Amino acid sequence: MNPGNTILLDHGSGGIASQELISQIFLKHLDNSILASLEDSAVMDNHPGKLAFSTDSYVVDPIFFPGGDIGTLAVHGTINDIAMRGARPLCLSLGLILEEGLDLDNLERIIVSIAQCSKTAGVPVVTGDTKVVPRGKCDKIFINTSGIGIVAEGVIVSSAMAQEGDIIILSGSMGDHGITIMTRRAGLSLDGNLASDSAALHELVALLNDTLPPGTLHTLRDPTRGGVATSLNEIAAAAGFAVEIDDQAIPVKNEVRAACEIMGLDPLYLANEGKCLALVAPEQADEALQLMQSTAVGRDAAIIGSLKAGKSGQVTLRTSIGGSRVITPLHGEPLPRIC
Amino acid sequence: MKYVDEFRDYALAEPLLKELRRSVTTSFRVMEVCGTHTMSIFRSGLRTLLPEGVELISGPGCPVCVTSASHIDAILAIAERTNVRIALFGDLFRVPGSSGLSLANASSQGTKVDIVYSPMDSLELARNYPEDMVVFLGVGFETTTPGIAATIMAAKNSNVDNFSVFSTHKTMPPPLLALLDDPELQIDGLLCPGHVSSIIGAGAYQPLVDRYGLACVVGGFEPADILQALILLARQVGRGEAKVENAYTRAVRWEENSRAQQMVHNIFEPADMEWRGLGMIPQSGLAIREEYGHFDAEKRLNIKLTPAEEPKGCRCGEILKGKELPSQCPLFGKRCTPGNPIGPCMVSSEGTCAAFYKYDQ
Repeated sequence: MNPGNTILLDHGSGGIASQELISQIFLKHLDNSILASLEDSAVMDNHPGKLAFSTDSYVVDPIFFPGGDIGTLAVHGTINDIAMRGARPLCLSLGLILEEGLDLDNLERIIVSIAQCSKTAGVPVVTGDTKVVPRGKCDKIFINTSGIGIVAEGVIVSSAMAQEGDIIILSGSMGDHGITIMTRRAGLSLDGNLASDSAALHELVALLNDTLPPGTLHTLRDPTRGGVATSLNEIAAAAGFAVEIDDQAIPVKNEVRAACEIMGLDPLYLANEGKCLALVAPEQADEALQLMQSTAVGRDAAIIGSLKAGKSGQVTLRTSIGGSRVITPLHGEPLPRIC
Repeated sequence: MKYVDEFRDYALAEPLLKELRRSVTTSFRVMEVCGTHTMSIFRSGLRTLLPEGVELISGPGCPVCVTSASHIDAILAIAERTNVRIALFGDLFRVPGSSGLSLANASSQGTKVDIVYSPMDSLELARNYPEDMVVFLGVGFETTTPGIAATIMAAKNSNVDNFSVFSTHKTMPPPLLALLDDPELQIDGLLCPGHVSSIIGAGAYQPLVDRYGLACVVGGFEPADILQALILLARQVGRGEAKVENAYTRAVRWEENSRAQQMVHNIFEPADMEWRGLGMIPQSGLAIREEYGHFDAEKRLNIKLTPAEEPKGCRCGEILKGKELPSQCPLFGKRCTPGNPIGPCMVSSEGTCAAFYKYDQ
């Protein structure tokens, strides 16, 4: 790292250094007419429909990892939160908290990621803010993104809409992001292709919304922190039904399973950053599955279970040997075990 | 995944379950000694498939769970020292001491706590933070001790000065003898721990057979392994036999792993050890030998163990002895949950209470 090429407290002063940072890094990569106007707030055209609004903060360590970085997460995470209500994401805000001494090349690398993800997704960053805090007061870079989306007429997607008999589809393999981060943090160098699944899901959601008969896509959830286990518990509790899933049906990559075995972790509790759970009416389940599998982000989608009458809020897993066990939500951070 | 998938396969488990049903001619109680067995039995849903007449109770084989409150208090006292950096296996992080506070609380107040996967990683920490005394919390049975012995040896050979181990290491046969001397404990057989046995050898259980007439079967940790071990136990009990059998031949031999044992012996010597729930058991622990005293945190930091009360109402002691089920504890699932554990059996992922809470609600 070049000590002359780092974030200084001056960069957060609001003065000349801040303006240079904005023009030389942010606008250079994130350029669009609304952002470039540098007004105090972005003014958007009026779109018919209900608004979806979401916010999320990103403090991941390490900031770069196979499959993405803190910037890809910041774009994909908020786009996905909006998409999970069946909404079409319209725009994002970008709030940066930078630690004094952050390498400017690393900052630019993250901004380039954000720009690429935002461009690919077709969801522009229309407003932003940067603060710099003294060294040690934050860890390199923290990001907040908020997003606004439009829910089309007639679309109602929520956990409360889930109905008895609904089929649960997981859009792809489970635990890729969580295990990638945990192995990096632990300094485990495992051979194989562990990589975060960081991806935007709004186009997959739009395809489902546009193709399935109205009212048949009931619930969407992206199982981020807490994993599939925690998301299913939340859905079961909100819907007032029991969830039954089949261990054998849940897609988990071999390298993820192997790393979980080594670290004593359960992939059901690992974070995903490019996957969703979709609950659809049973008659539409096959069609929804095929639609998801026709997209790049959903090609490994699989039906993993269904919503049953049973004990309200309870999630049960059918195990590989034909037994069953209850799946509780995550309690605390997943910790590796002794032996 | 090789060596895993085939032992979790319904095609293998189903005929084994049928054979187990055929083999159970009289009802029997088996203690699974090892926490990894407890967890695997729950995770695989095996409990929901067992035929009537097979009762499984969990024993004292979760190393975190049997760490006494006074040891946890001593660890927390070490954490309060300045210029100390604690390296530990993850499970210990949330175990509360007698004050109700844990290393998780200490960490939030600025104590340097690092979760490591291998004891050798703590040596790396010592090299990276020369201004800190890195204290590795040595917890575990025969499976973990050889690696820690190797780490102490490596520290000596490479002259790493700012490294020490707080040893609460325990050995496996002694607590079983202490348990089995208790007339209240009624069991017919032991499902012996697979990985500990890979170090001490299946022959280590022969004294239990000779002294208590117990059926002893060493089992692996996958569902098919456990089923095979239970079949052998059912047959022994049905025939009124008592012998040591090894159902985990891909990892365990009759003889000990003398190389690993020698390494442990070079660094450690047997010592009296306090166990949670079981009290002081003579010669059931391992202390660092005098010649490696430089790496003994107790000596380097002058740590004194003080008697500590178990948390009020906590039944971990009785649960560890297999005398009570978690559901009989007044705190279970109410004040004591995995998110807010009071006793160690709820903290460790291998603890009986955690297993019951997570998988058996």
